[in-house]
Amino acid sequence: MREKSFQIEGLQKKYSGFALKIDRLNLYQGEIFCLLGPSGAGKTTFLRLLNFLEEPDEGEVVYHGYRFFPGNYTPPLKVMRGITTVFQRPALLKENVWNNITYPLKIRKQKINQNGILDIVEELGIKDLLKQKSNTLSGGEAQRVALARALVFKPRVLLLDEPTANLDPHNIKIIENMVTKYAEEEKPAVVWITHNHFQSKRVGHRICLMEDGDIIEINDNDTFFNRPEQPKTRAFLSGEMFY
Amino acid sequence: MEGLSESMQLLLEVDPYVYNIIGVSLRVTGMALLFSTLIGIPLGTLLGLTNFRGKPVVTALLYTGMGFPPVVIGLFVFIMFSSVGPMGHLGWLYNIEAIITAQTIIAFPLIAGFTMAAVMQVDRNLIKQLQALGATKLQAAWSAIKEARVGVLVAIIAGFGGIISEVGAVMLVGGNIEGKTRVLTTAIVLETRQGNFGVAIAFGLILLAITFLANLSMIYLQKKHLFEQN
Repeated sequence: MREKSFQIEGLQKKYSGFALKIDRLNLYQGEIFCLLGPSGAGKTTFLRLLNFLEEPDEGEVVYHGYRFFPGNYTPPLKVMRGITTVFQRPALLKENVWNNITYPLKIRKQKINQNGILDIVEELGIKDLLKQKSNTLSGGEAQRVALARALVFKPRVLLLDEPTANLDPHNIKIIENMVTKYAEEEKPAVVWITHNHFQSKRVGHRICLMEDGDIIEINDNDTFFNRPEQPKTRAFLSGEMFY
Repeated sequence: MEGLSESMQLLLEVDPYVYNIIGVSLRVTGMALLFSTLIGIPLGTLLGLTNFRGKPVVTALLYTGMGFPPVVIGLFVFIMFSSVGPMGHLGWLYNIEAIITAQTIIAFPLIAGFTMAAVMQVDRNLIKQLQALGATKLQAAWSAIKEARVGVLVAIIAGFGGIISEVGAVMLVGGNIEGKTRVLTTAIVLETRQGNFGVAIAFGLILLAITFLANLSMIYLQKKHLFEQN
């Protein structure tokens, strides 16, 4: 029996000319849930709602027994601190790489486990950059630092907003391997937004296609890519501009 | 030239009158800078990082404060602390507390204004990402101050410059009482009026030296960041 992470019911978030609507969706610990879809589909809005950085207009989110709804959408700090997002464009402190990576531990007043951090930075290939200032890093290096700083405190929910969008295949591979390994070992719930459906095929357990704020199809990896149920999914996978 | 040599002589002598004035100046400026920094940096950070309904009005008030004539602030403080004023019972007029109050009011808008401008330059994405990493609003704000440290240092230097050289308000609320409220600037005015140009020049040189050394120390504290190469 898989452990539920988020249970979402009737979630809605409206902007002028746009509305994100998720009728019913469960997310699970240990699962990589990939979100595909065109720009403006509502993927990032959904991620911000999951990170409790925005409040929905309607609906309910249950997260490990905590119930959140409009008017009550600010989780306790300890809950909030179990969830994190890695963004498409990493923004780092004007400090060295080590200080950036240990920042989440310092704000939690947690002991810095040097060996644990060294394992992560070695895996991400940034061990030699620890003393380097963040403004001297390349885009790929900066994104790997951003991922390292998100993993050092072992989040229960890891939200990835197109973290590999501007990266070369070498950096993409490193990040995919790291997230997959972390998901296997620590069993977080991972929600991964990507525009690259090949990537979602490589890493995702379940895949979701979104368009204009609606969910078109959610299926396990094999079904989604080999026997998609929705015509729009078939069109999307065959490379047609369905939107 | 005669005045210059007289000033050098005065500087080399250990004159208690001179050292008392230096002591009062440093105490008053130090306390005022401390209070204006404690008010100005949080206020500037708040204005730089948040949006609220009355922000344009508060910002306009702050900018007005940055350009407010110090002597008018002195007048305001004088009225507040005069025997018939609302805070007259404190008995602060013609004491260093009144000077510190006036100087704090002069300096905090400068510090807040420059801090606001510096904090506004910090990448909003960074603040968002720090919060997504679990930083509380206070922790994110503190990180923003550290990111804007060069600008914040400039803010403190501006505040310091605004008060160490202030004379009108200090004269008004302090009364230039020897051994009590006489500071370097008011001593310069007095000695010049009395024709003691050598003493006035000596005080001027001391004031310049203190200002230079204070700024140099602040720059040294942050030199790694001020002069770093990308």
